[in-house]
Amino acid sequence: MSLDRRNFFKTIGIAGIAIAGIQSAKASSTEESKIEFRGMLYDSARCVGCQECERACALAHDLPEPQDEVKVGVVRKTSETQRCVINNYNTSKGEVFVRNQCMHCNEPACAAACLTQAMYKTKEGPVIWRGDKCMGCRYCMVSCPFDVPKFEYHSANPKIQKCDMCYDRIVKGEKPSCAEACPGEAIVFGTRRELIAEARKRMAESPGTYVDQIYGENVAGGTGYLYLSTAPFNEVGFNPKIQNSSYPALSKGFLYSVPTVFVLLPTLLLGIHEATKNNQPKDEEND
Amino acid sequence: MTSPAYAIAKDNDGRSIWRFLISELRPKGKWLTPFNIISIPIILLGLGLIVIRFAQGIGSVTNLTQETPWGIWIGFDVVTGVAFAGGAYVLTFMVYILKMNKYHSIVRITVLNGFLAYVFYAGALLLDLGRPWNVINPIIGNSFGTSSVLFLVAWHFMLYMLAELIEFSPAIAEWLGARRAHKVLSGMTIAAVIFGITLSTLHQSGLGALYLMAKDKIHPLWYSEFIPVLFLVSSIFAGLSMVIFEGTISHKVFSDQISKENHQAGKGILHGLSKICAGAMFAYFFLQLLVFIHGKNWNLLNTPMGYWFLLEMIGFVLIPMLLFFYSYRTNNIFMIRLAAILTMLGIILNRLNVTVIGFRWDAAIHYIPTWMEIVVTLAVIFTEIWIFRWIINRMPVLRESPKWANELK
Repeated sequence: MSLDRRNFFKTIGIAGIAIAGIQSAKASSTEESKIEFRGMLYDSARCVGCQECERACALAHDLPEPQDEVKVGVVRKTSETQRCVINNYNTSKGEVFVRNQCMHCNEPACAAACLTQAMYKTKEGPVIWRGDKCMGCRYCMVSCPFDVPKFEYHSANPKIQKCDMCYDRIVKGEKPSCAEACPGEAIVFGTRRELIAEARKRMAESPGTYVDQIYGENVAGGTGYLYLSTAPFNEVGFNPKIQNSSYPALSKGFLYSVPTVFVLLPTLLLGIHEATKNNQPKDEEND
Repeated sequence: MTSPAYAIAKDNDGRSIWRFLISELRPKGKWLTPFNIISIPIILLGLGLIVIRFAQGIGSVTNLTQETPWGIWIGFDVVTGVAFAGGAYVLTFMVYILKMNKYHSIVRITVLNGFLAYVFYAGALLLDLGRPWNVINPIIGNSFGTSSVLFLVAWHFMLYMLAELIEFSPAIAEWLGARRAHKVLSGMTIAAVIFGITLSTLHQSGLGALYLMAKDKIHPLWYSEFIPVLFLVSSIFAGLSMVIFEGTISHKVFSDQISKENHQAGKGILHGLSKICAGAMFAYFFLQLLVFIHGKNWNLLNTPMGYWFLLEMIGFVLIPMLLFFYSYRTNNIFMIRLAAILTMLGIILNRLNVTVIGFRWDAAIHYIPTWMEIVVTLAVIFTEIWIFRWIINRMPVLRESPKWANELK
């Protein structure tokens, strides 16, 4: 796809609008700050593993309907054709269903990694993938601690597949399709703050049912997807290595050193160059 | 270059620039050399595989998985290749900033080597991009992902290629006989050098910083917050070992181009480089030791990955370092070359350990490259050598500059 004339003008136009947009963005920023991160709460005590959410997800995103059924002890993984999966784990507390999909981190490693902002944390909360920006470098996949983004390796025009929390529906004021499809309120959609309150309420109302932790409240710096589980989280497929602080913070130190190096190193080099200039006989002074 | 045509007419027996260029495009010397016989089929096969890759997707020729999205096209071609290209910034620092004139005769070939390495190995990155048509996005500015280390690395690659091209351009001007351009371009050298060293410092370390967010995926013996510093320090002796290795081959293959004076200076240069390598490797080894102690990973040493780590650190850092020291004391050229080769193997090992071998070391199915990925990698390397040879046979890289170029200065 070359940059033809029409696209070129479009780009120029967008750049112009962007510059003009800065002004209007300032005016509306007070309004935007009221928007809170939306998220989802998954409750393993209410999930019966019916896979309705999987089917609704496939339907909503033009993906093939999942054929494989949930079996105890078999870990199915999300893939380039399946954005979410339900698994049945054999745990110390018996069989437990747990869903797996993008966590929609508050500070997503994938979005920090993306050099074109194709992976993008929207102000509404979902982390979305934008095909018109993505160059397919897969650095988001390297960086994501949850291994969420999936790449279509067998396509000449590959896409990254991952849950986008049905961003297009959220913007329209609708619920994500999985939350709508869930018959047992195992998946609830709302603002992250409401969901944490709801999770606490459920924990308080049925003591002893849940593990005393809301997964996602702190992990990886906080995620938009929150979990209540009846079994310890390391028994239901969650990677215990994942840290509680944000992942983009890991490369912050390096990135912050860049401007310092960029200013000081050339100065130092120029200084040495000047200092060594007169050390040599005149005829060798060249280049 | 500013209209070199008139100068050409003067310097190339009155031929027009086009005729001159066309005559230069023709191969010089024999065709059926052993190198050509091996490299031509591999390059052709590699081209075929590249066509398949673009027609049917990356998965049709590579073994990449959802868990291991970067294979040897990144881990070897880009990350290792760029470390080996580090010789250019180290040598330009020594010659143009510190004025160590002893090394002046090898600056051009090193810069050329570095420039081509960036063009080809960073170019190989395009093969690995799933949606390469969007590669302009981070360049033209409709989408700046400024929080990304890869954004920094990509920009630095491009700017550094430009800086190296400027550093090398006087040789092109001498080839074309463009006197005025030569003067202008030579005047830009020092600025390009300072700019280039700064860019190199940042992207050599940046290549390591790319992996900082993959904290849980890289084996703890290779992951630390010091990866960027370790990558930067190791690029110094990686680059210089490459200079020693490449110089050894060039001195044999292109011996007719090298003046007697430079032939004799060659030993002194190797001697000096071995001393610098030994020093840089000592610093690197010490840093690795500090990082290891700081990481409190003693218990991991007694595992298969631990032995692998010890092999890298002792067999391919400590031993070549001692060899460099020894050969510098005893003036043993053979030992210097041996040490350089061991060092290069160590760098390949280190970069692959971070990017491929130690990446997802605990995965159920570990990524192993397909023969097709290796063929494409070899095709990239061979094509680079072809261009390298083509330039050396035509431009004053190893041979002396024409007289007029020295008079102008």
